[in-house]
This record gives sequence, structure tokens and C-alpha cells, in this order.
Amino acid sequence: MATEITYIDAIREAQAHALRDDPRVFIYGQDVAAFGGAFKATKNLAKEFPGRVFDSPISEDAMVGMAVGAAIEGLRPIIEMQFADFSTVGFNQIVNQAATLFWRTGVPCPITVRLPFGGTSGGGPFHSQSLETIYAHYPGLIVLTPATVEDAYSMLLEAVAIDDPVIFCEHKFLYRHLKAEKLPSEALPVGKARIARVGRDLTIVAYSAMVQDALEAANELVAEGWEVEVVDLRSVKPLDTDTVMASVARTGKLLCVGESWPWGGVTAEVIARVASEGYGLLDAPPQRLNAKDTPVPYHPNLWAAHRPTVRAVAAAARKILRS
Amino acid sequence: MLQAVTEPRVAPADAVREAHLAAFRYMLRARLLDDKFAALYRTGKIHGGVFLGRGQEALSAALGVSLKKSDVFAPLIRDAAGRLAFGEPIIDAVRTYLGSSLGPMRGRDGNVHRGRPREGYLPMISHLGAMISVVNGVLFARRLKKITGTVGAACLGDGATSTGAFHEALNQAAVEKLPLVLVVADNQYAYSTPTDRQFACESLADKGPGYGVTAHSVDATDLTACLKIVGGAVAQARAGNGPQLVVARLLRLCGHGEHDDANYIVSELKNSPLGRDCLKVAEEFLLQNKFTDAAQLAVWRSEAIREIEEAVAQVQREPAPDPYAENWSAIASEHLNETHLENGH
Repeated sequence: MATEITYIDAIREAQAHALRDDPRVFIYGQDVAAFGGAFKATKNLAKEFPGRVFDSPISEDAMVGMAVGAAIEGLRPIIEMQFADFSTVGFNQIVNQAATLFWRTGVPCPITVRLPFGGTSGGGPFHSQSLETIYAHYPGLIVLTPATVEDAYSMLLEAVAIDDPVIFCEHKFLYRHLKAEKLPSEALPVGKARIARVGRDLTIVAYSAMVQDALEAANELVAEGWEVEVVDLRSVKPLDTDTVMASVARTGKLLCVGESWPWGGVTAEVIARVASEGYGLLDAPPQRLNAKDTPVPYHPNLWAAHRPTVRAVAAAARKILRS
Repeated sequence: MLQAVTEPRVAPADAVREAHLAAFRYMLRARLLDDKFAALYRTGKIHGGVFLGRGQEALSAALGVSLKKSDVFAPLIRDAAGRLAFGEPIIDAVRTYLGSSLGPMRGRDGNVHRGRPREGYLPMISHLGAMISVVNGVLFARRLKKITGTVGAACLGDGATSTGAFHEALNQAAVEKLPLVLVVADNQYAYSTPTDRQFACESLADKGPGYGVTAHSVDATDLTACLKIVGGAVAQARAGNGPQLVVARLLRLCGHGEHDDANYIVSELKNSPLGRDCLKVAEEFLLQNKFTDAAQLAVWRSEAIREIEEAVAQVQREPAPDPYAENWSAIASEHLNETHLENGH
């Protein structure tokens, strides 16, 4: 094992682990075999596991449909979407075929659809999207958003073992940005949020790459005398409302941060739950911070202003803290 | 060779006769079952739509009798005959149409949306073309599991050939050389849209070669032709010759659903050879060739009616789904259910 493991190494290792341990697992996606995937998340897996990793045609609909058929036959396919953005071509099969199968027939649909998502500058409108909200809206899907190297590994392993369709949102910026010394031997189960930083003055709820931004903002605010608690949701569906509520009970203030678009998003869902179930816990109106309500821009100047930044998170936090 | 002596040997002529009679009986039962559903619909006993296979029974039955129980079958809305031939009990159809909690879909889905996935009988979703790649997936998985000799059949209409899902899945099957049989019922209308607004090629069979797929054409008003062509395509797929496209021409002898009076179907088509009723054509063929006689046909008809009436009477006494006892969970992993979303909030 390498001494320094990146987020994408963890994703590759989790897939290798799953292929090694479970003969029902196979990988199907564009350029995933000999080429090792557009981001190298399946590097060398075709060589290490002959007959288990397959290149697909550029047919997201048929890729997911095939996975559902294989799942019916008892296998556990991992589908790599080259970019989350292209999963919309397979949207029908995800939300109408995979997500309804168990409820309609009682036959589980254990497929994992990996979505490399989120912004890196230069990606532009069609290689940058965050789609966790739209999948979380549909009954029958599990939507995971790991924020750390450790979670990328353990949650992907758990995703493959879950008997339901899992939308695994892996952040492209985190791929090579985050590093860990070793892979975890144990982890929180899917469905449990994590307190990423303990605080007393404000709760920031975030997930995926925004957890890192929230932690940096929290560190910045220490100099001003504020202790901010950061909750990493880990999975947006199921959403661990209890952990969020317990944190808000301690701090009395809530800021939700998401990289996706604002309308009806995960941040709106968290605020709706806290407002309806924990209104009395709040000392100030809960706030949210999201990307702007436009397609994701190409140029770095525009891109950096489109999504929440550390500075923007800190500014939003200050506003609540001073209220 | 001792085995060949002790087993009854079926002469080819007898085999042809038996195949016709078997398929015809499924056609007849499907027609009578459809008639019953139409009657129940008219008296308000069925919620939602009713979709009949009138005019498509020969094609559908020919496919059903060509498949083995261990094959994979994804029928569409007009495949009552094929479903019965593949082994679906009449009561499964009745329970699904009437929403019985004892049916395979337990009132959660209805009418033609029924199946038993674990038995290779896939329940369609409404989005056309979407079942083809699912059949591909079952076939692909069986290949990985080293299960051989399986064929997968998916049914669709002329309208579904215009979808992206059709293109993606047929191409996928060709790339993987899967034993897929894709049966297209070109019944001249997709709901009300005539074929000249649906596609511009001479025949939908022209689409096969572009994908590297062998295409077959058949007159679906003729049971003999359907048995030969569909049976041949299934045999080709089973023999390892890759996906097969069967394009069958017929006329839909009913509305899209029973809510539709189909006043858009032009009389030229109704009066053309395409407008023949495949059930009548088959019946005349059986009688002319002395494959059976009128008395036997009458017995089969009354047996089928009795079976259908008994099934309907039984299902009407069965419990409807109870919303208070329903497990309102869409996932298999009970521990991952969201308690905060119960009751919609």
C-alpha cells in the first residue's frame, strides 16, 4: 500500500476490494477497461480481474438498463458514468427502472452508479454538475456523498453491498486534492452523519467537497472568537436528521452549504426539517449557501464565483453569528 | 439409440400441427381474456387503462411458444398471448388488472405492468424501449455466470423504434453479440400516429443491418408464417448467431387502450390484407387442414371462458391492498429508510 492515498486511489482500491471479495461484482462503463477510466478510477482493474471490467458503448441509458438486468440475475454491477452530467442520458433507467424495481416486484436492485461530479475550473456547463438533489428526490435510491478519503473507500464498499440502487457521488476536485495515510479498517455506517469539527456557536451542515470549505471557514473564524461546528452529512439520502438536530440544539444556529443549485436542494431539505421539527432550537433564521442559479461557467473567474468558496462560507457564517 | 426407440417419435407433420394447435390455444385464451378485461373496464370494475392485443395474438403466441421456461421475456402491452405461452397463469393477469394484494404486483402496479423478474419474466415500465437493455443485462449476467443456451426476447411496437433506448440497446446487444430476439409489432399506429410520421425507411427491418443485426420480416396475420419466422429467429439466437430483429406487420384491431375508439384508423387499412383478424385466419387454417375440428374448437373456447370466469370470480373475493397495512418503503434496505419522510413530512 502506498504511504499516501488519494481520494481516487481509495475509489480504485474499494473497487478492487469488491471485485476480489465478491464474484458477483463487475464494472461496466465508458473507457473503464484497458484505459482505466477517464479519471483512472479503474486503473489496471481489467488486467487484475480479467473478464470482470468491460468497456461500454456511449449509451448511458443502455448501461444502466443492463445493470438492472444483471442485478435481477443476482450480480452486483458497478456502473461508471464518465461524468455525473452524462447520467441524465441514463436518467430514465435510474429513476424509473432501477428505483422502482424493488417496490413493484419485491426483487432488489443492487447496482452502484458512480458519478464523478462537482466543479473543477475549466469544466464548463456539461462537465461540472452536482446532481445529488435530483436523484435524492426519487424514492428507491440511496445517494452517497463522501467528503474524505476514508469515506470514499468505506462508503463505496458499503454501496456495493447495499441491496438497493446507490448513486455514488464522488467529487472530482477531491480526487487528487485529498490524501490519507492509510485506508480505514472500520467506518461509520451509511446513514450516519459525522461531526467533522466540534463547535458551540454555529452549525454548518455540508457534504462532499463543501465539507473541506466549511472546515477552512471554521478555522478562519477562530481568530474572531467563534467556534463553529461542522456536520458532514456523508449521505444525503438517507439524511441523518438526528445528528443535524442534535448539533443545532447545541449551537442554536444553522448554515447549510451545498455546491449544487439552490432550488429545492439538499440545503433546502435540511432547513425544512430543522425548521419544522426543531424550530424552538433556533436562535436565528437558518440560512443556506449554494451555487448560483445558472449553468456552471467555464472561465476560472466566473467558476470561482459561481460555487460557494471558503470566503463566502465564512461571510455567510459571520452574518448569522452576528445576528 | 435405445432412447430414440422408447420415446414417442413425432413426425415433422405432427410437430407442425402440434405447434399450430398450441399457439392457437394461447391466441384464443388471450383473446377471450382481453374480451373479459374490456367488459370489466366498461362496467367500471378496472381502475386505469385496459390494453388489448387484438390482432397481435399470432405474433405474440408464436414468440411465447418458441421460448423455453428458462429464457427471458420482456413483453409489452399487447402480449397477453405470449405471456400465457411463456407460462403466466391467467390469475396473475386478473389479479394485476383488479389490483389484488395477492397478485405479483400487489396493487402497486397494474394492468400490463406485471411480471416475475426472478423467473425471467420482466415487468415492463411505460417508457418504450427501456426493457431491451434490461433483457441484455440478464443475458450478459448469464454469460458471466457461464449459463448457456438462454435466449432473451423483448417486444415493442413501431413507435418504440423511434426512441433512443431502442437504438442504444440494440447496438449494445450487437456489440456484445447477445442472444436477443427483438420483436417489433409494426401495427401501423403508435397511439394515433401513423407510421409515415414515425419513420422514413421502407421497412423497420432495414434498421437491423445498420446495427449488424440479422433482420426478419413476417406477416403477423398469418400464424404459420409467425411460427416459422419467429421460431427461426429464436433458434438463430439460441445457436449463438447474435441478436435477431423480427419486424412483423399487422393492424391493431382496437384502440391504443379501451378508452380510445381508434377513429383515426383508415378504412383502406382495415380492408387490406393487413386488416385480417389473425385469430380467424388461424382458425380457418386449422379447420381447412384438418388440424382440428369445430367441435374441438368449441370445447377449447368454453374451457377458456370457464377458466377466465373462475379466475375473475376468485379475484373479486380477494382482499384489496390496505393502505394502513402497506409497507410504504421503496427500498430493500429497511435500515436505510428515512423516518423523517413518513407521511410525506
